[in-house]
Amino acid sequence: MQPLALSAVDLVAAVQQGELSAVACAEAFFDRIAAVDGRINAFLAVNREAAVAQAAAIDARRKAGKPLGPLAGLPVAVKDALCTADLPTTCASKMLEGFRPPYDADVVARLRRADAVIVGKTNMDEFAMGGSNENSAFGAVHNPWDLTRAPGGSSGGSAACVAADMAPVAIGSDTGGSIRQPAGLCGITGFKPTYGRISRRGLVAFASSLDQIGPMARSAADCALLMETIAGHDPGDATSLAEPVPTYTSLLNEPLQGLRIGRVAEHFGAGLDPEVAAGVEAAFETLKAAGATIHDVELPHAKYGIPTYYLIAPCEASSNLARYDGAHYGHRAEPGKGHRAETGKGYRAETGRGGGGAGEYVGGFDSPLVEMYCRSRAEGFGPEVKRRVMLGTYALSAGYYDAFYAKALRVRRLIQRDYLEAFTKVDLIAGPVSPTPAFKLGEKTGDPLAMYLVDMYTVGTNLAGIGGISFPCGFTAGGLPIGFQLQGPALAESLLLRAAHGYQQLTDWHTRRPALPA
Amino acid sequence: MSLTRQDVAKVGMLARLALTEADLERMTGELSKIVNFVSQLSELDTAAVEPLAHPLESRNVFREDVPAPSLSTEQALANAPRQDGSCFLVPAVLGESGAA
Repeated sequence: MQPLALSAVDLVAAVQQGELSAVACAEAFFDRIAAVDGRINAFLAVNREAAVAQAAAIDARRKAGKPLGPLAGLPVAVKDALCTADLPTTCASKMLEGFRPPYDADVVARLRRADAVIVGKTNMDEFAMGGSNENSAFGAVHNPWDLTRAPGGSSGGSAACVAADMAPVAIGSDTGGSIRQPAGLCGITGFKPTYGRISRRGLVAFASSLDQIGPMARSAADCALLMETIAGHDPGDATSLAEPVPTYTSLLNEPLQGLRIGRVAEHFGAGLDPEVAAGVEAAFETLKAAGATIHDVELPHAKYGIPTYYLIAPCEASSNLARYDGAHYGHRAEPGKGHRAETGKGYRAETGRGGGGAGEYVGGFDSPLVEMYCRSRAEGFGPEVKRRVMLGTYALSAGYYDAFYAKALRVRRLIQRDYLEAFTKVDLIAGPVSPTPAFKLGEKTGDPLAMYLVDMYTVGTNLAGIGGISFPCGFTAGGLPIGFQLQGPALAESLLLRAAHGYQQLTDWHTRRPALPA
Repeated sequence: MSLTRQDVAKVGMLARLALTEADLERMTGELSKIVNFVSQLSELDTAAVEPLAHPLESRNVFREDVPAPSLSTEQALANAPRQDGSCFLVPAVLGESGAA
């Protein structure tokens, strides 16, 4: 039995029935990681020894006739934004290099209770800020379909490790598209559930009103399996929903007959790559042939999604990231050149405001403590994180709050209203995930604004607090995956998974794997 | 709409981010471009629209006030850059001397 080729659903069944040992399963994936991750850089930490020991304990319990958890023996890769008590949690930032959380994230604890095997922590854009995974302090991730291209981001490591068969499933997080966009660019299935469906406790906070954890896998069926374990109320997250969790896997096979799917003209405007457009149109035809009906709907404020998002998310981030102060955990700057402790005189007196040379900080600091804060954060954060902290601080500062932050919150309501209105006419909304297939590494790094536009079709879901799923619907002539996105009303998880599964029963795009010899 | 170097220097201090000359130069240009881009929201009339700060509006969550175990001092200090076994150690909060 070749574990790499099996779906998560089949792996779990094989372990439960004793056809495959959890140890053999884990070893197969760790061997694959050892063979190919040097080319991909999907993992920041790998947990081989502990994971194999855990797998052996699962096998022993099975042999002893004891009950096993619903994910027994299933290897799971976890984005490095989720706290793990037995592995470092860095958010791909120098700020948190070597940080050992004192507790597991709720999702990680649920996975462990279900007897899943955590294989390691995946690479990402620093603090989940980015759409290409190039903002990692520990090196970019390479797209398994073309190693010269980006996997998307911020959950680029989670997407790439599933696409390259280094894990059957992974956990990602999605603040503006960070699950769905890399899933689309890597040819896998990525699911961002309704805000609050999965606890955020232990997810390092980026933008708390937008962040949502979700599964990334080869198929909607595998996402459904994971959802049954990771979704649900957590008293430790006041924003987690107390709604019961359906058995998503049992609801997958209902037919698509009569499903009303909305098509949004705004999704097919300027900037959409023609090959992506053709792949998406073909997917509409497939859904139509399966009995769904297609209806034109409007999201008139969709074009304001990116500017709205790039005010709200940086504002929340500037507040959330204030906790990195070099005092309690994380990076602290050592007293260095120009520091009071070394020169014996005030930093302000030495350099003068605005008079610092290259590499020296300008301005002064009110106290040694403030100097430590400012220098620690300057050293610990990368360029994109700094940019967003600065943008958010500016937009929240006196005199600008109403013009920027409060304005964005009002437009956010208009965006949410558009969705509520559309969902009175259709069950789901469909369209592209990203305007282009995977782009070249380095192609957009010089232009932050161009990078922000990669999320133009995904940010609306987060702003409205609803769910979305992306999955492959074709390939370009150059062999790159094309992603299709479905968005649904709040708590329509079953419907989203069922529609994606229905599509995957009629097509085989999701079964294709990149040629990546060991 | 554009930001001046003075604006960016002030925001850097508010954000507790030390900036070099090169940072100031680059960020003044980048932030101006981004602020200019997001300013397109001003073309929408939102006078009659209530702000939406969170997808789960006006929802309060209560629980019983029951004592429960929390992190030990040792656990809480485990990742501290400097500590003395019972407290986090930081440089002087006031004055010019005693950087740690």
